[in-house]
Amino acid sequence: MSEPLVIIGNGMAAARLVDELSKRALGRYAIAVIGEEPRLAYNRVLLSSVLAGDADMAEIELRPASWWRDRGVTLLYGAKAHAIDLATRRVSLESGESVGFSKLVLATGSRALRLPLPGAQLQGVHVFRDGADVDALKRLAAQRKKIIVIGGGLLGLEAAYGLVKSGAEVSLAHVTDRLMERQLDKDAAELLKRIIESKGIDVLLEARTTRILGDDRVSAIELADGRRLAADGVVFAAGIAPNMELARDAGVSTQRGIVIDDHMETNIADIFAIGECAQHRGVCYGLVEPAYDQARVLAARLCGESDIYEGSIVSTNLKVSGVNVFSAGEFMESDGAETISWRDFGLGLYKKLIIEDGRLAGAVLVGDTSAALWCIELIRTRADVTQWRDALIFGRALCERKAA
Amino acid sequence: MQRVDPRSASVATVCPYCGVGCGVLATPDGCGGAAVAGDPDHPANHGRLCSKGSALHETLSLDGRLLHPMLRAGETLRRATWDAALDHVAQGFARIIDTHGPQAVAFYLSGQLLTEDYYAANKLIKGFIGSPNVDTNSRLCMASTVAGHKRALGADVVPGCYEDLDCADLIVLVGSNAAWCHPILFQRMLRNKQERGARIVVIDPRRTATAEEADLFLPIAPGGDVALFCGLLVHLVANGATCDDYIAQHTEGFTQALAAAREIAPTIAATAAAAGLREGDVAAFFELVATTPKTVTAFSQGVNQSAQGTDKVDAIIHCHLATGRIGAPGAAPFSLTGQPNAMGGREVGGLANQLAAHMGFSSAEVDRVRRFWSAPRVATHEGLKAVQMFEAIARGEIKALWVMGTNPAVSLPRADDARAALAKLDLFVVSDNVLSNDTINAGAHVLLPAQAWGEKSGTVTNSERRISRQRAFLPSPGEAKPDWRIVSDVATRMGFCDAFRFQSAADVFREHAALSAFENDGSRSFDIGGLATLSDEAYDALHPTLWPIRAGETKGRARFFGEGGYFTANGKARFIAPEPPSLKAATTAAFPFRLNTGRIRDQWHTMTRTGKSPRLARHSPFPFVEIHPADAAPLGLVDGGFACVSSRHAECLLAVSVTDRQRRGQLFAPIHWSDETASFARVGSLVAAIVDPHSGQPEAKATPARIDAVTFKSRGFLLSRAPLRPMIAALGTKVAVAGGHGLLFASDTALASWRDYAASLGDEADVAEYLDEARGIYRAARFRDQRVDFCLFIGTEDARGAFDAATTLFETERLGLEQRKALLSGRSPDGAAQDGPIVCACFGVGAAAIDAAIAKGAHSVAAIGETLRAGANCGSCIPELKRAIAAARACCEE
Repeated sequence: MSEPLVIIGNGMAAARLVDELSKRALGRYAIAVIGEEPRLAYNRVLLSSVLAGDADMAEIELRPASWWRDRGVTLLYGAKAHAIDLATRRVSLESGESVGFSKLVLATGSRALRLPLPGAQLQGVHVFRDGADVDALKRLAAQRKKIIVIGGGLLGLEAAYGLVKSGAEVSLAHVTDRLMERQLDKDAAELLKRIIESKGIDVLLEARTTRILGDDRVSAIELADGRRLAADGVVFAAGIAPNMELARDAGVSTQRGIVIDDHMETNIADIFAIGECAQHRGVCYGLVEPAYDQARVLAARLCGESDIYEGSIVSTNLKVSGVNVFSAGEFMESDGAETISWRDFGLGLYKKLIIEDGRLAGAVLVGDTSAALWCIELIRTRADVTQWRDALIFGRALCERKAA
Repeated sequence: MQRVDPRSASVATVCPYCGVGCGVLATPDGCGGAAVAGDPDHPANHGRLCSKGSALHETLSLDGRLLHPMLRAGETLRRATWDAALDHVAQGFARIIDTHGPQAVAFYLSGQLLTEDYYAANKLIKGFIGSPNVDTNSRLCMASTVAGHKRALGADVVPGCYEDLDCADLIVLVGSNAAWCHPILFQRMLRNKQERGARIVVIDPRRTATAEEADLFLPIAPGGDVALFCGLLVHLVANGATCDDYIAQHTEGFTQALAAAREIAPTIAATAAAAGLREGDVAAFFELVATTPKTVTAFSQGVNQSAQGTDKVDAIIHCHLATGRIGAPGAAPFSLTGQPNAMGGREVGGLANQLAAHMGFSSAEVDRVRRFWSAPRVATHEGLKAVQMFEAIARGEIKALWVMGTNPAVSLPRADDARAALAKLDLFVVSDNVLSNDTINAGAHVLLPAQAWGEKSGTVTNSERRISRQRAFLPSPGEAKPDWRIVSDVATRMGFCDAFRFQSAADVFREHAALSAFENDGSRSFDIGGLATLSDEAYDALHPTLWPIRAGETKGRARFFGEGGYFTANGKARFIAPEPPSLKAATTAAFPFRLNTGRIRDQWHTMTRTGKSPRLARHSPFPFVEIHPADAAPLGLVDGGFACVSSRHAECLLAVSVTDRQRRGQLFAPIHWSDETASFARVGSLVAAIVDPHSGQPEAKATPARIDAVTFKSRGFLLSRAPLRPMIAALGTKVAVAGGHGLLFASDTALASWRDYAASLGDEADVAEYLDEARGIYRAARFRDQRVDFCLFIGTEDARGAFDAATTLFETERLGLEQRKALLSGRSPDGAAQDGPIVCACFGVGAAAIDAAIAKGAHSVAAIGETLRAGANCGSCIPELKRAIAAARACCEE
């Protein structure tokens, strides 16, 4: 008889884990997936496309219902997990039901942070995390409302672009002096700002929001410097927090996320975690690629293979139409690292490579990200790029022609 | 003057570069330019042109041209009217003559002048100013040949003609890199080799492109020529190869000369030792000459530019006299002249040691010229030759100098001293067609705008004594005038109007021809009396004609001396015992090398003309010094690095080319660059001013020198629409590029300063930058209207490939996206291979394309020519093509 495996979370990590497991050992586990959102797993990365009107929710569904059925998966979506009982090895749902497991995978993801500001609970203050958020934002945008996005990271930029595309008048308030500061250096961020502005988004840097004003509905925000900006809506896109409460309450070790080892296992045997809720070697990833890496390794582990996870090369692609931004690996100079940069702002182009010991350690590409895959490959394989160095930033074709 | 109709068909003229004197068909485009092609009807080239000739159309722009007279006002030169300028010159000469005498006036002329210009200038100074102090840059070029000819043959006459090169069975090239310096003649020699099996011997300290075609190459030690040809004379006598009848009937001095030769080079072994050669090579050479009656010995600057140049010339001539191999088809000593009209200058006598028209300073000759010219005060003795002339200027003895069409501040030995001397003149006149060169910038007081090639009209004489018409095919720009007219205008203002009533170049030519025939009666070789009565129309239509062409003759004479008839008093050629060979300046511990100087394939003189051609710039854009690998290594000199080359007189900073084509202990540096085109590359400033006692020609090929490695933090290049010369570049060289300006440079400035420099060039709206600080690389470009506005590359390595790729994009009118993106990569954006250094300048074919063609099966020069056209025109790149084929083969065999 199949071993009962329960996955809490019906997102991209969960879908990938099911896929990996079924490829390796279909039928070895009786899988149940518990998901809070009342729909099939979808590609969350593409929510901004839905917001922008470039896609609809059906199009971003990861797998059709038949796919799940064919793999014998019990889908419990629209069902929120309430607690994990380690003694009885059961997960109880808010509905009162419970599901027994032999092995449990936490793929609970993360949630958008609502900054603890006065007025943060007013009507018209949103986050940008799931399908419901998208529906609300689209309604606002359709009324040509003025919306302020708080946060100039990946999520904020995608939200701002989606909103402007849907008809809103959008300002983006970002607390630091450059956009996407966790992925981009100053020059890349400067170019990105120009490009974003050219899309009709008003970008405010060093703009720390201190208050959201309004009676019951938002009417403006106030910045630290005292400025007030009128707004019909506000979108918080200022960070995410791993959903780890369920685990923590069950006695699973958590820090910033659910602490896992190189086999994705928590401190409790047979309890695993993957994706944005997990903390591996001190790192909580907020991107899909590490979740997929983790899902693959965990699937292997669950099938008795000895793969281990050693962390992911982080790469970021901004999914904004016509704005190609890519960042991977180390993107800032550190001791011993060497930088190669190429800018041609007239073409909206900026590229930077970080070289360590003759190997590519990181890359930032703005404007032309055609070399993104190659960069990731070079970073992953730690290939010696010394012989190509002079041509590296200009792309693979030139390098390989030179080597030929 | 010939009127130019822009709709006209092509005009037949001759090339303004070397002494081969190739016919050129120029077809004006009506916009100031012209298309050029070889003239199939010209007997010098039969339609072929070399790389330089093929690029003549790229040199016609009016950029940098002097288009109106200028007069000095303090630190600057200001535009003046012709009247003001001519008055200034005429009054200045008159004043100096009055105060200091005629000898305080000197003219320094050029082998680039037309015969008519030369004639008028010589007439003014020798006949009317009364100073013998007129010399010419031919002094640096052919003076030893002139002296050698006159000593041995009694006249400065080249005994043979080009056809001798077609029908000789053995061609000995001495001190001549004909493959690069006389490419079209060299192609004739190669055709003879291919079609008739003629053998070619090359005698040169350097394994040049010419040497690579040789059946036998003798890498002679500098100064070894006299010993080698003395040894040859001894060998010819010992082996019964001499023609005793000819010696007896037509020569004198043979016994003494042979005795001297036996002292110098008694045996093959002694010859080999004295000339720094292998005995086997010497023996093979001697045997070839001894057994080949139809031998031409062609020689050039390696022979002439020597403190023993006259002896070298005569040592060569001796071997021809002793065998009677002179004046017969395929048998002659043959001087290959450097300049397009050095011969014309020699004919008019525009040299300090000639009076006029092959006449010297005997009282009878002085009287004859006086009567012909009706001249008030004819110079009665030899004047100061070039080197002496500039020394006299430095001493303050010569107060007034008129330089016409040459750049002595670059080309003279100890050029820095020559330049400094110019600043001391009371009156310093330059007539030229450029606005700026090192000579003008030495402090000229008056600039007179002369017509350039394509605008001026007259005659030139090539190496085989062939007079050709150089015809105008472009309108005269600005206020430029022909040199003969400028001279006549000054003469008129000095009160000599009767003698200078020339209305046309034809007028001047007729008088020149008449003087050559005046009381000649066969006593002087140079006689073109047959052309003295040409109508204007006949002059315009004159076909290339050999001289002499005496009154009543319709055809020139191809050869001299087959039956004797030398121009000595007794009609006999003279053997002259040479001095024991030795180089005058010894190397020392401080200056252990010998510096040889010369030309490169695609540049001419001081680059005032060829320097305008983007195509010609690509072959060898940076001033360099060649050194043997074994000499380079212990000095830390690396190929592509830099060196300071110094002599007792100056120092230069040059790129290093390490090559085993160079002899041990020898350096070679080309002469072309000046302060106008480069920094610290005035190679003439290094050259010792030691001259031949007979010819006054300086020893430009054996200066004791040292070489030290120099390193720079970075090197790079700059391409810009407007000329830029960044002060932070430590040394730089201008490179012609189409539609702008190129600069190759080296620098000791931090990268950050270059970034600041690039930023200072204007708004950064459309600026692209590439930076790899750890590698010391910074590149920047600005774009405007889809063109590259400027492009700067800084790095630590030689960036020739990047320069070529970037230049191609710089020259592109509408850059595509991929081209723009590729610019800062320093690589060609095309899928096709990059050009690499241009090998075939005629068709602009690069090394990379040639390598690719070879890889695809083009294993012969002919096959490469078929696929790429490379080498199929002038052929001067054929040695390089062969090297590429051989290299590919060697690579395969490994």
